Amino acid sequence: MRLVVVGNGMVGHRLVSALRDRDPGGTWEITVLAEETRPAYDRVRLSAWFDGEPLDLPAVPGVEVHLGEPATALDPAGRKVFTRDGAYGYDELVLATGSYPFVPPVPGTDLPGCFVYRTVDDLEALRAYAEGRSTGVVVGGGLLGLEAANALRTLGLATHVVEFAPRLMPMQVDEAGGAMLRRHIEDLGLTVHTGRSAARITEGQVVFADGGIVRTDLVVFAAGVRPRDDLARAGGLAIGARGGIVVDETCRTSAAHVHAIGECAELGGRVYGLVAPGYAMAEVVADRLLGGTATFPGADTSTKLKLLGVDVASFGETTGPLDVTFTDPATRVYAKLVLSDDAKTLLGGVLVGDASAYPTLRASLGGPLPAPPLSLLAPAGADARRPLPGAAQVCSCNAVTKDTILAAIGSGAADVAAVKTCTRAGTTCGSCVPLLKGLLAEAGVAQSRALCEHFDHSRQELFDIIRVRGIRTFSELVARHGRGRGCDICKPVVASILASLGTGYILDGEQAALQDTNDHFLANIQRDGTYSVVPRIPGGEITPDKLIIIGEVARDFGLYTKITGGQRIDLFGARVEQLPKIWRRLVDAGFESGHAYGKALRTVKSCVGSTWCRYGVQDSVGLAIELELRYRGLRAPHKVKAAVSGCARECAEARGKDFGVIATEHGWNLYVGGNGGFRPRHADLFLSDVPTDVLVRTIDRFLMYYIRTADRLQRTAAWLESLDGGLDHLRHVIVDDALGLCAELDAAMAAHVESYVDEWRSTVDDADRLERFVSFVNAPDAPDPSISFGVERGQRVPVAR
Amino acid sequence: MNWILVCPYRRLQPERGVAALVEDEPVAVFRLHDGTLRAIGNVDPFTGASVLSRGIVGTRGDAPTVASPLHKQVYDLGTGVCLDAPEVRVPTYPVRVRNGLVEVGWAPC
Repeated sequence: MRLVVVGNGMVGHRLVSALRDRDPGGTWEITVLAEETRPAYDRVRLSAWFDGEPLDLPAVPGVEVHLGEPATALDPAGRKVFTRDGAYGYDELVLATGSYPFVPPVPGTDLPGCFVYRTVDDLEALRAYAEGRSTGVVVGGGLLGLEAANALRTLGLATHVVEFAPRLMPMQVDEAGGAMLRRHIEDLGLTVHTGRSAARITEGQVVFADGGIVRTDLVVFAAGVRPRDDLARAGGLAIGARGGIVVDETCRTSAAHVHAIGECAELGGRVYGLVAPGYAMAEVVADRLLGGTATFPGADTSTKLKLLGVDVASFGETTGPLDVTFTDPATRVYAKLVLSDDAKTLLGGVLVGDASAYPTLRASLGGPLPAPPLSLLAPAGADARRPLPGAAQVCSCNAVTKDTILAAIGSGAADVAAVKTCTRAGTTCGSCVPLLKGLLAEAGVAQSRALCEHFDHSRQELFDIIRVRGIRTFSELVARHGRGRGCDICKPVVASILASLGTGYILDGEQAALQDTNDHFLANIQRDGTYSVVPRIPGGEITPDKLIIIGEVARDFGLYTKITGGQRIDLFGARVEQLPKIWRRLVDAGFESGHAYGKALRTVKSCVGSTWCRYGVQDSVGLAIELELRYRGLRAPHKVKAAVSGCARECAEARGKDFGVIATEHGWNLYVGGNGGFRPRHADLFLSDVPTDVLVRTIDRFLMYYIRTADRLQRTAAWLESLDGGLDHLRHVIVDDALGLCAELDAAMAAHVESYVDEWRSTVDDADRLERFVSFVNAPDAPDPSISFGVERGQRVPVAR
Repeated sequence: MNWILVCPYRRLQPERGVAALVEDEPVAVFRLHDGTLRAIGNVDPFTGASVLSRGIVGTRGDAPTVASPLHKQVYDLGTGVCLDAPEVRVPTYPVRVRNGLVEVGWAPC
């Protein structure tokens, strides 16, 4: 059976992904015809593109997507859809063509400098044009208009917002809410014109219907959207009076075997311009294609947004029989609850300036109030809330109820990430994540922070105890703050904390007993009990002479060699008694420990940069070496990887690293919290166009704050996601110095840089420290008889046991 | 019972192990926090690698333990039982200190 989907936006993508999830047998062969040339992306977060955030939606396997090949004609009788390149027959067809931006029919909108705000291509064109210009006007003061205004502001333009209605966001908020929103936005330096409309655009100015003018370099039209129904219209399908492909509650159009979903569809005289109803339609069609009987459940038009940094939310009715309002001009907070006339049922509401009550209120819609109104609206009322009813919809984007989430928790989902995976709750806008945490707690899933049976503390608490009380041995710590004699969980944690606090050689005294075998032998244990050796090659730059030394050492000791992902060379198959001999030669040739065995900085990878590359704009190799030498040996809660790219082509893959640096024409961009591995994550943009000293100081603080506050084995990506307040919090702490910690963090890093010594040099130069490197204590040079090798592709490899 | 000399007692660090060859068998000898010694087979039964002497020594409840450095299964140093998979156990050996020297007991079979 063949399904053709016209449209590769969020709704089309959701249909395809829902169908693939539920159709593992592959009943449907799916073809997607896409107008845009880039893979499906998250249009809701379009303005985040300016911050360099990735918007890509996850690719759905087993689907044939034709990018840049829009459908041009439809023949419902012959069950064919046409493109410029050919014809596609179908058994079922789904139209998910979305909408196009409405541009008011006034003269001058085709002049250079006039833009719409709908696709990444629109944004690229806008950014290129805005370069070197100073003023911009957005026509439209609704949701989309304010997003566009934020984009212009991000581009550094003096920004005007023009709205025909007497208030901003007329569709979502009431008059008082609109007035509060206006104050927030004017505080940011934007100029707001309400009750005005553009009569014509001329070169360099917008002329209003009332005769006034604004001088501007560019104009963005973001005054709403219209359904893209032209393909269906030409194919003879029924179209609504005000546009939109007419569908019934199963999303069927007037033509057999043709469905329409999302913003191009008209249901009961209405076109829905939000993603949640579109997703609901996609789920209905996915279900029906597999023989189900789902119908459109009715739309939820609740929204919660952060526009220009201001929280705005509306849900249900915005006016009604009884209102409870709360206005605080000091903090610029406005809130309104709409109640039934007996004041018992919540019918809707508006929140401006603080939307923290939104998830609870949204989930209580149509039911009794979970608490007295004022305690719900005032921030301190959070604890007074009663539990939600089971049928309450916690995640409105994906229509997930409290009961569904509790069922997932009951069958083993023990944290927010697991709940997200099982139920999809919290995966679209994320505003219900605090509720998910609350439900986990309500279900009695203890989120214990105890490290292990020996300590009731988290790693962060132990770090503070050790630092503040000046504890320097495990014995003292466990005697005063724990019990027993530790284990393979808490001992390496304490070892890492002591090392981060600069207590010297990691194998002296009692510290030796805390180290994992890798740190204990300063090498990486392999499956057969042999070790691998990784000398540091800062930035991946190495001389031919040093390469030859590595080759000679590998050859002389019979080591298997492999190039690592971090631009260095791993030498495998070293027996424990060989390690000092191997390192004697490496140290004498000028190599240092690469700390591949430690929870520590691994490498700072680099591309070749401006020295050689014709595209490079900065010396990425030079910076990578400087950073790698600065942070070498720094012990952390987990390994730390980094990279520097010399231009925006990003050949060093810096955005997949814990910290990544990308060169710009004017300096460096810093990204933090990236990760490859089990759950890949792109790093978030943290600083733009900064000089090297600011960059290095910020990385210093980022690393030290991570070392102090992360959990055991928590990479920076997970740490950043778990930080209350996320990236904004991090910025407050390490840029704005809101906690007054920066001087301490700077001093800690300075102490690290000052006290660094190469662990392998200190080891091979000290006979006592070499004592542990024996195969058998009573036969120090006898090779372990259990180790044996075979040959594969010309190199020695362990024999499988 | 034969007693095989392994090394001087001062060669053992608190809460760490060493590997020794006892009649060609690899044996792991550990010095606990209280100064007493334990000896078990050195081979990790899950991988066949001769590595248990390199694990982290600690306690589970009151039992002194070592964790395999490869996949972290924990063994009771008194009984040799794998506490994470009680059907698995490693051999245990008598061990003593005489005149400052560590000896492991070996019963010929």
